[in-house]
Amino acid sequence: MNIIQIEPFKVYSHNNKIETLKKSGLAAIAIGFLFFLISLTGISSKQPLLFFFLSFGLVTAGSILYFAIQVKEAPAGIKNNRIFFDAITSRKSIAWILGIVLTGFYILLYWYPGTLQNLVNLINPLSYLLRGQPADRWVLYGTFYTTAVIIMAIRMIVKYRNNRYQILRSISVSFFQLGFSFIIPGILVRLNKPEFYFNYFWPLKFQYLFPDEIKYLTSSGGALGYFMIFWGAAMLIIATPILTYFFGKRWYCSWVCGCGGLAETAGDPFRQNSDKSLKAWKLERISIHSVLVFVVITTGLLWINSASNGKVLGSVSQVFAEWYGFVIGALFSGIIGVGFYPIFGSRVWCRFGCPMAATLGMLQKYFSRFRITTNGGQCISCGNCSTYCEMGIDVKWYAQRGQNIIRSSCVGCGICSAVCPRGVLKLENLPRAGRYSEVD
Amino acid sequence: MQHLVIIGNGITGITVARYVRKQSDMRITIISNESKYFFSRTALMYVYMGHMKWENIKPYEDWFWEKNHIDLIFAKATAVDTDSKSICLESGEKIIYDKLVIATGSHSNKFGWPGQDLKGVQGLYSKQDLELLEENTKNIHSAVIVGGGLIGIELAEMLHARDIHVTFLVREKFYWNSILPNEEAAMVSRHILEHNMQLKLGVELKEILHDHNGRARAVITKSGEEIPCQFVGLTPGVHPNIDLVKNSKIETNRGVLVNEYLETNIPDVYSSGDCAEIKSSFHNAANKTSLPPNKLEQLWYTGKMQGKILALNILGNRVKYDRGIWYNSAKFLDIEYQTYGFVSAVPREGEDSFYWEHPSGKICIRLVYSSSDRSIIGVNVFGMRLRHRTFESWIKEKRTIEYVLENLPIANFNPEFYKKHEQHIIDKFNLENPGKNLSLRKRSLSNIIS
Ligand SMILES: Cc1cc2nc3c(=O)[nH]c(=O)nc-3n(C[C@H](O)[C@H](O)[C@H](O)COP(=O)(O)OP(=O)(O)OC[C@H]3O[C@@H](n4cnc5c(N)ncnc54)[C@H](O)[C@@H]3O)c2cc1C
Ligand code: SF4
Repeated sequence: MNIIQIEPFKVYSHNNKIETLKKSGLAAIAIGFLFFLISLTGISSKQPLLFFFLSFGLVTAGSILYFAIQVKEAPAGIKNNRIFFDAITSRKSIAWILGIVLTGFYILLYWYPGTLQNLVNLINPLSYLLRGQPADRWVLYGTFYTTAVIIMAIRMIVKYRNNRYQILRSISVSFFQLGFSFIIPGILVRLNKPEFYFNYFWPLKFQYLFPDEIKYLTSSGGALGYFMIFWGAAMLIIATPILTYFFGKRWYCSWVCGCGGLAETAGDPFRQNSDKSLKAWKLERISIHSVLVFVVITTGLLWINSASNGKVLGSVSQVFAEWYGFVIGALFSGIIGVGFYPIFGSRVWCRFGCPMAATLGMLQKYFSRFRITTNGGQCISCGNCSTYCEMGIDVKWYAQRGQNIIRSSCVGCGICSAVCPRGVLKLENLPRAGRYSEVD
Repeated sequence: MQHLVIIGNGITGITVARYVRKQSDMRITIISNESKYFFSRTALMYVYMGHMKWENIKPYEDWFWEKNHIDLIFAKATAVDTDSKSICLESGEKIIYDKLVIATGSHSNKFGWPGQDLKGVQGLYSKQDLELLEENTKNIHSAVIVGGGLIGIELAEMLHARDIHVTFLVREKFYWNSILPNEEAAMVSRHILEHNMQLKLGVELKEILHDHNGRARAVITKSGEEIPCQFVGLTPGVHPNIDLVKNSKIETNRGVLVNEYLETNIPDVYSSGDCAEIKSSFHNAANKTSLPPNKLEQLWYTGKMQGKILALNILGNRVKYDRGIWYNSAKFLDIEYQTYGFVSAVPREGEDSFYWEHPSGKICIRLVYSSSDRSIIGVNVFGMRLRHRTFESWIKEKRTIEYVLENLPIANFNPEFYKKHEQHIIDKFNLENPGKNLSLRKRSLSNIIS
């Protein structure tokens, strides 16, 4: 009756054409980077637009070619081949070099911005177009950041092309980064309004509840400024608990947040480097909650200070705020958080430092429908889930006991579920009853 | 204090130790000559492919054992003397036990093929096999794998990940056709070809030829074809490893013989996991004619389930081993497979089956049900995930095929946002069964779960 076909619909193989296209992509990326270096000398200042395309343009085009062509190379599926052999993804030489380069970039950006001036000039045309004014180092940083998120989101989409959760999530983080953290703030500047990021809230963007910032928003933003304050407060007090109740912390951390966005895209190749030990988990709980306490105290001090017109605390609160900005804002979230991606994995900041993650985490653990369901007895303790958890959660510890995974740090990236070879894990929002499944 | 000695630190031995420790502070010693610390055998492939490091496939951190007062001995046990209740180690050291568990696992099968012991020829079971594989596959570009089972496909994926071209010799008409019905087996076969591997179906190995260095250089099939290669993987299944107990008073057949309490013929000596052969429960003279065969269960899951039951028995609560509703899962390259209940390769009397396949040829589901009362007996699913507990209860409760189809969305365990196929599945069933007009139950998942 039925004729059974064993001719495959398509046969995938590495062929020379694919190899050539991949190499062309890599070459374009390399030439693009070369133009970044050339631009540093200032030669580009006469023709910034040309050099912009030669650098950003070539890197972007080359990466897209390099990633897109991989669709033709092998059928869709989890291909983590060689991750622990390749130097860059397994903390060997190139990983350290990359870490140092990234860290070096942050140091220049924060403390020696003059050295980057010629790169800043490179994006002047873009800055005029969007913001109506010349670029500064933060626009440069934002452009790099957004480009990295989008390019690497394309890589994610190709890599997980059989997984719609990953595709949608990658589109989402790119959308919020490009729209909410790049275009909208740019337009606000062009309209002479305060540069405001609608996808960041206190306590992550701690300044948004500092008295000076509120004064600034209301005085220079007018009605829009009031709306911004209202937006920030409403998101924090109303939307955050509600969304976290229904979807877990992932609605923010792995779908909206810009720090998360970079980690989920540019950081993906390094996710396996997170520390899974119990020790690391203990450290994490101390450090992330300390930062939360720190930011609450700082904010409180600033308000006491402001209410008393500086009489009660003098300059103490200001010093506190500056230190917070330096230690947490610059050192922790930037240098260690991103610069050390290749060494510590992609979510160091989110895991050990982010006060927003700490808040969402408490909600997720005690007041949410979210959990990762373990599929009965199907776990074979292979360890893929734990290895690829960027938050260093030992997922298999729970899965092999048939227990659901409920952890405050889980950002719901869904990679454990994607890499599990036995279909054991599913991210779900269900009624809270029975959320903590029995251990068998 | 009683001393429990466990030989073998695989999933079975470890499960026994953990569950005994949960309820008792008796002294526990685990002996293994493979590795000091427990690792996941099922994850060996990922180490070779570079998905994980050795550290990553250890299910517990190293401190776990000391914290739980479980002593680990990294040595080979060479003899068991059940009269003096002692184990002899290779070093000559003697260990006295009060209770003994034999959980020595399996060995790879070899069927006496000429050339099966040449350099560059091996199976895949142990950590040592993995190390040998590293060695044997250095700088090679083509391999032949003999035997189309679950370990064979893993070995193929491993070699493929290192850009080694694979030719499969498979005795059956389609891949793993002894277990899978034709359609599923054909799907797997197509997928193997899709990866640019060669698949020789209905072909058997005759012998392996060697070069002047004594290394495999080609295989010859029974039909006389010579296939050049630099490596031969032998994966035609496993058999119980009973080397240790063969010369003891412990009774063996194919495996270590145990009753349904996992007890051997010798008091205080137990066995479970891959190495155990469970005697048929109807072992009495009257019933001899309808005696079902003894059971060998050589899976991760069964090792775990047997280990749990054995722990209870060691602690003195006599509990029979009953593995419950069958389940298993595997992955064929990129296609995941799960099964619940029983699906036989060729339809059995009194059973009907319904099969649906996605046009991509990479997703399918087969539901087997009783022709008489239409109750669900088993399911095979490829490229889609199903909820274990849901299917288990449907099978236990003897839900009808119609009920299962109408409620299939509840059992869906795919990640969020995946395309749903239930409507197409039910449409096909309605088409094939004139007079049936089933439709998906509109019930929210949350109602069911809570
Ligand atoms: C590559 C591969 C993939 C697999 N994938 C799956 C899967 O996906 N799903 C599934 O269900 N099953 C799978 N299996 C089968 C599963 O791994 C086994 O059923 C399971 O590991 C058996 O566990 P065990 O504890 O009974 O024996 P083992 O894991 O074999 O442990 C026995 C241990 O005892 C040691 N030992 C033996 N004799 C002595 C001695 N005299 N002295 C000291 N130590 C000794 C051995 O060295 C070994 O370490 C797979 C098997 C292999 C090889
Ligand atoms: S990846 Fe899946 S099978 Fe492997 S340990 Fe995790 S849950 Fe278990």
